[in-house]
Amino acid sequence: MPDHLLEVRDLSVEFHTAGGVVKAVRGVSWHVDRGETLAILGESGSGKSVSTAAILDLIDMPPGRITSGEILFDGRDLLRLGAAARRDINGRRIAMIFQDPLSHLNPVYPVGWQIVETMTAHGLPGARARAEALRLVTRVGLPDPAGALRKYPHEFSGGQRQRLMIAMALAMKPDVLIADEPTTALDVTVQAEVLLLLKELQQETGMGVVIITHDLGVVAEIADRVVVMNAGEIVESGPAREVYHDPRHPYTRKLIGAAPGKGEMHPPLARAEPVLSVRNVRKAYGTFTALDGVSLDLMPGETLAVVGESGSGKSTLARVLLRLDEPDSGEALWKGRDLFRLSPAELFALRRDLQMVFQDPTQSLNPRMTVAQLISEAWAIHPRILPRDRWRARVAELLAQVGLRPEHANRYPHQFSGGQRQRIAIARALALEPELIICDEAVSALDVSVQAQVIDLLDRLRREMGIAFIFIAHDLPVVRDFADHVMVMQRGRVVEHGTVRQVFDSPREPYTRALLAAGLDPDPDVQAARRAALRTERRAAGA
Amino acid sequence: MLTFIRKRSLASLVSLVGLVVLVFFLSRLTGDPTDLYLPLDATDEMRARFREIYGLDDPLLVQFGRYVGDLLRLDFGDSIRKARPAIEVVLEAFVWTLQLALVTMALVTVAAIVVGSLAAFRVGGFFDRVSGILSLVAASAPDFWIAIVAIVVFAVGLGWLPTSGTGTPWHWVLPIAVLFIRPFGLIVQVVRGSMISALSSPYVKTARAKGLRPRKIIFVHALRNAMLPVITVIGDQAASLLNGAVVIETIFGFPGVGKLMIDSILQRDFTVVLASIMVTALAIFLMNLLIDLAYATLDPRIRH
Repeated sequence: MPDHLLEVRDLSVEFHTAGGVVKAVRGVSWHVDRGETLAILGESGSGKSVSTAAILDLIDMPPGRITSGEILFDGRDLLRLGAAARRDINGRRIAMIFQDPLSHLNPVYPVGWQIVETMTAHGLPGARARAEALRLVTRVGLPDPAGALRKYPHEFSGGQRQRLMIAMALAMKPDVLIADEPTTALDVTVQAEVLLLLKELQQETGMGVVIITHDLGVVAEIADRVVVMNAGEIVESGPAREVYHDPRHPYTRKLIGAAPGKGEMHPPLARAEPVLSVRNVRKAYGTFTALDGVSLDLMPGETLAVVGESGSGKSTLARVLLRLDEPDSGEALWKGRDLFRLSPAELFALRRDLQMVFQDPTQSLNPRMTVAQLISEAWAIHPRILPRDRWRARVAELLAQVGLRPEHANRYPHQFSGGQRQRIAIARALALEPELIICDEAVSALDVSVQAQVIDLLDRLRREMGIAFIFIAHDLPVVRDFADHVMVMQRGRVVEHGTVRQVFDSPREPYTRALLAAGLDPDPDVQAARRAALRTERRAAGA
Repeated sequence: MLTFIRKRSLASLVSLVGLVVLVFFLSRLTGDPTDLYLPLDATDEMRARFREIYGLDDPLLVQFGRYVGDLLRLDFGDSIRKARPAIEVVLEAFVWTLQLALVTMALVTVAAIVVGSLAAFRVGGFFDRVSGILSLVAASAPDFWIAIVAIVVFAVGLGWLPTSGTGTPWHWVLPIAVLFIRPFGLIVQVVRGSMISALSSPYVKTARAKGLRPRKIIFVHALRNAMLPVITVIGDQAASLLNGAVVIETIFGFPGVGKLMIDSILQRDFTVVLASIMVTALAIFLMNLLIDLAYATLDPRIRH
């Protein structure tokens, strides 16, 4: 059997916590070869990041313990090497980039210093390291490379920070690059650029790449082979195309089935009197214009998806409509009354009609309140809706409605998974029987399979209760199966607004087309065809 | 950076002006200075004459204007006890206090950072446990009691060190040692907590993935981030020493501001009390500005 560049064999890792021993991965084996990209695909808690942490000696022991296995690199078992030998390999032969580049770069040192440090730590003289840092930063495509080296991490955008992380990781021309969810926090167009950069750099250097992701689209775009992990074990592995088209394991099938953007689109709604009519809303923060004349109509029971990248103003729109922020001008007629001109008392009465579900249920639910308290708080604030003696029964009803059990009422938020917590947040929004729920990235933080469940739930609530939704998302495929109308925003303006079919099947605006093109399809063949088309296009442009 | 300094100084200046106003009116609230300065059996004529000389019969605002004018020239009037300008007396004592505070805080800072960082590096290890207990004891120790015990043991019993005064370097050992204990215990705990969170931060993970040595990870990557909350506590502790470590200075007969203030209050040397308040206040304002600057130097996000 030929030697692989890097091979993990039968690795088992457990963590000793206050709640007992957690077996993070069990008997995991995979390998990566030179010039190849391996994707480790899994949802949160699947243990997908554990084996790579073991490779770089990033597991704290205790509480961690490696109970079996070996990691072969260069004919040696990394797990048997001393700390100094491991340090020598880290950063020089095997390098890593992470999900959230802002927190993974040291905030108090200039980025140039941090890139140079990788090289000087491995013995390069300072002057050469500085010259090399300039070359790297130029290569990863940052504007004004010399100036960029002197700046601090907070002065860059998310995509630029990830480019800097890549420059830092590639400084010593490593043989293996491990990328842990490298594009998860980025906008789709930026994600596409960063993945393209990784691919180009791999072709230049011939390094092996291990990419850890929860996103089938990323696998389709970049991976040659994929291993699928669930609950600490590898359930399936093979070439990315084969795994996508012919999944063997039920879990893989479920994961592929849950990928959004494959179902039936909603037929156009019959015209009706709009329940909410927003005209020409403007909002500026200092010199930054967040909303630049936004107008929209929302019919009863309609789902309007508002899609845009960061800085497009989509969240500001939600905050302004709920008067969490005051608009500078414009009007928003809710059943004929202007939300922006209501007195605090009138607004309070109206609040029960308009509810909001936030992105991160971990942060939007008070950790010291039980589920029952969280849900019935709304009735304490609006006392005329429900007499106190009926609270318990209604909480149980609401929990059943969002797919939880009545006995969950006495538990605290931390005892639930992310998807369950979002269901609690939805139950809380439903408590006041609203007519409109604004969801701000309500499913973005959830795993794909959970995402699908929550979207199904919202869709059912809409059908059964006629609730209208404004559904804010940065991701187009997520809204495709769910929205009636789609509004695409860019820099505070509405660039396109139409039925879901019109926007997805025949987008009029170049920006919408760019967004759709940048979104990754879970099918490797579709992505390969898109890449081929892009190459032809470029060649034609170049010729 | 310059705009930052200007902004912070301006903010400090506002509070300083507030203090000036407060001190003036508070000192008037404590009663007529005539009663304070003149003996109880002074005649009405003497009192009237006194008021005339010191302008106490002028309207309050005129007096306030004069007081501010005097302040700007650092003129607080003469010390009754020493028959010299009060400001001279205070500055002389303040130099002693400043030296004591600086030496103590320098020692505390270095020792606490080293001990706290090492404790944080292996949480729950032997060193962490020992330093945890010791720092807790130190932080909660009553310093006046330790001072007296130290005098009894080291000065009276063993005769190694002098009991009080300032003649030789040996005179400094006991006051510094006693003043060291409390801030040391406190700051060790702050450093430890702050370092633990810094060491578990994502950028430390990056540093490990880069293959850096532990020493570099602790003292270059983690420490600078962990110092931000620590500096606040150091500043706070240093300010309380600058204020004059009243009890310790009195016990060790150390001629600093703390002792001077107590003596002056006991002897109703009003000008000296006022001058001490203004000088220490000014010193604490400067000290806070220094802390702000240290913050800005350490963390680029504050500068911008």
